[in-house]
Amino acid sequence: MKTSRRDFLKLGLAVSSALVPLPAIAQGAAPRVVVVGGGFAGASCARALHQAEPRIAVTLVEPNATFTACPFSNAVIAGLRELGAQQFTYERVAADGITLVRAAATGVDVAARSVSLADGARLAYDRLVLAPGIDIRWGALAGYDEAAAAQMPHAWRAGEQTLLLRRQLEAMDDGGLVVISAPANPFRCPPGPYERASLIAHYLKTKKPKSKLLVLDAKDAFSKQRLFQAAWAELYPGLLEWVPLSKGGAVTSVDVATRTLVTDFGRHQANVANIIPPQKAGRIADAAGVADRTGWCPIDPVTFESKLQPRIHVIGDAAIAGAMPKSAFAANSQAKTCAAAVATLLTGGTPSTPKLINTCYSLVAPDYGISVAGVYQPSPGGQLADVPGAGGVSPADAPRATRAAEAVLAEAWFRTITAEVFG
Amino acid sequence: MSRALVAAIGLASIAAAAAASAEPPAGAASCSGCHPASARVASPVPRLAGHDRAAIVRAMQEFRSGQRAGTVMDRIAKGFTDDEIQAIAAWFAAQK
Repeated sequence: MKTSRRDFLKLGLAVSSALVPLPAIAQGAAPRVVVVGGGFAGASCARALHQAEPRIAVTLVEPNATFTACPFSNAVIAGLRELGAQQFTYERVAADGITLVRAAATGVDVAARSVSLADGARLAYDRLVLAPGIDIRWGALAGYDEAAAAQMPHAWRAGEQTLLLRRQLEAMDDGGLVVISAPANPFRCPPGPYERASLIAHYLKTKKPKSKLLVLDAKDAFSKQRLFQAAWAELYPGLLEWVPLSKGGAVTSVDVATRTLVTDFGRHQANVANIIPPQKAGRIADAAGVADRTGWCPIDPVTFESKLQPRIHVIGDAAIAGAMPKSAFAANSQAKTCAAAVATLLTGGTPSTPKLINTCYSLVAPDYGISVAGVYQPSPGGQLADVPGAGGVSPADAPRATRAAEAVLAEAWFRTITAEVFG
Repeated sequence: MSRALVAAIGLASIAAAAAASAEPPAGAASCSGCHPASARVASPVPRLAGHDRAAIVRAMQEFRSGQRAGTVMDRIAKGFTDDEIQAIAAWFAAQK
């Protein structure tokens, strides 16, 4: 798709002089929506847009040929699953009639309504959906840069980092010390660090029982905390220790050469160190001017349109979605809501007030699952808020059969959502 | 015919088609995160497309009241009103 700068200028004039509230598209062409990012949010949104209104020309911009899913990647780290089970391609997405552009989006010209790609090409849009996921805030934790991640993996974007952490655990002698550093809120997958700690503890208990796992946390509270802690006491006593912020858990710097994590209270030299670092919205959010000073993207809770730039919508982990956590389920839920709103807007309608759901499963052991669920609606304050009385975590006193059932449901959820997004 | 008129007609026909195609009622789009949209997915969680409308309403009301035991549906159903449950059930029942 090649459009000259002059065509863009002409298009801009046509739009600004239009009297109808609909996008005046040159030569009666179909409305164009560009979706940047082919994860749970972006791929879901592209497909839902096409399904809602097949005459919208949907383009999905994604540099990778293969998507590697984060949910269940903790099981890969613990040797319970292979990385291939996490990987998906875009063939079925393309077969729907969505135009796939395999490139990195590098910039957005808001006035001209175009996305620029790494090779210099531009894609014009009537509405743009950004689903860039997260970026690591390199340097936010002293000593932790991209080179450090090759020694002390974050494994917070699944793929090679996931395998690196797994190999380090496999290479460690029995009796070693594994240290996980968990960040302050907000970050991708709030229960993720604790599921990871659980499954690494399971690996150590079964393969290297003299070892120890320390979780250094920049918080005093975390998702599904009581359930995790009760399960840890039952399954991994003496093996897994959680150190909260108030007990000196916040890691202030790392020393890669000695694999040391430094807190205000001391130094911990690890045999294997997993640094889950501070994060922000994926970098295209910054380039498009949709990220605020927090590094994340404020959005309208009905349409997911940016509060900072018109005609740009932000979904998934990059968005500030109020009470909704940064999860794959939430990303998929937001994607479908946003797609319906964008299709309605492009055809001159008014989007209706949505309700969204989130469900997140975590594995504490292969046959021990716990969950959190929530229902959300736009609040008068313009945020996505919890619907009062709904949602919550698995019961604290549930029998092991319920935990086993939730572990089965967790896997079923992964099969279902990945089939909807990529299958 | 002017370009603008051609464009206006094109958009008007799309608008008419959008009005005819039922947008999912509030909450319904989220369900397929767990309830498979495709019959090809193996899951203990039932598909909702084409499901009996009254059965969906009854299940949601019983999950909400606690009459029916659920793993997560008891927590999710509490977030929906009777009207919303009716609309969601009708929408899924009308699908194939």
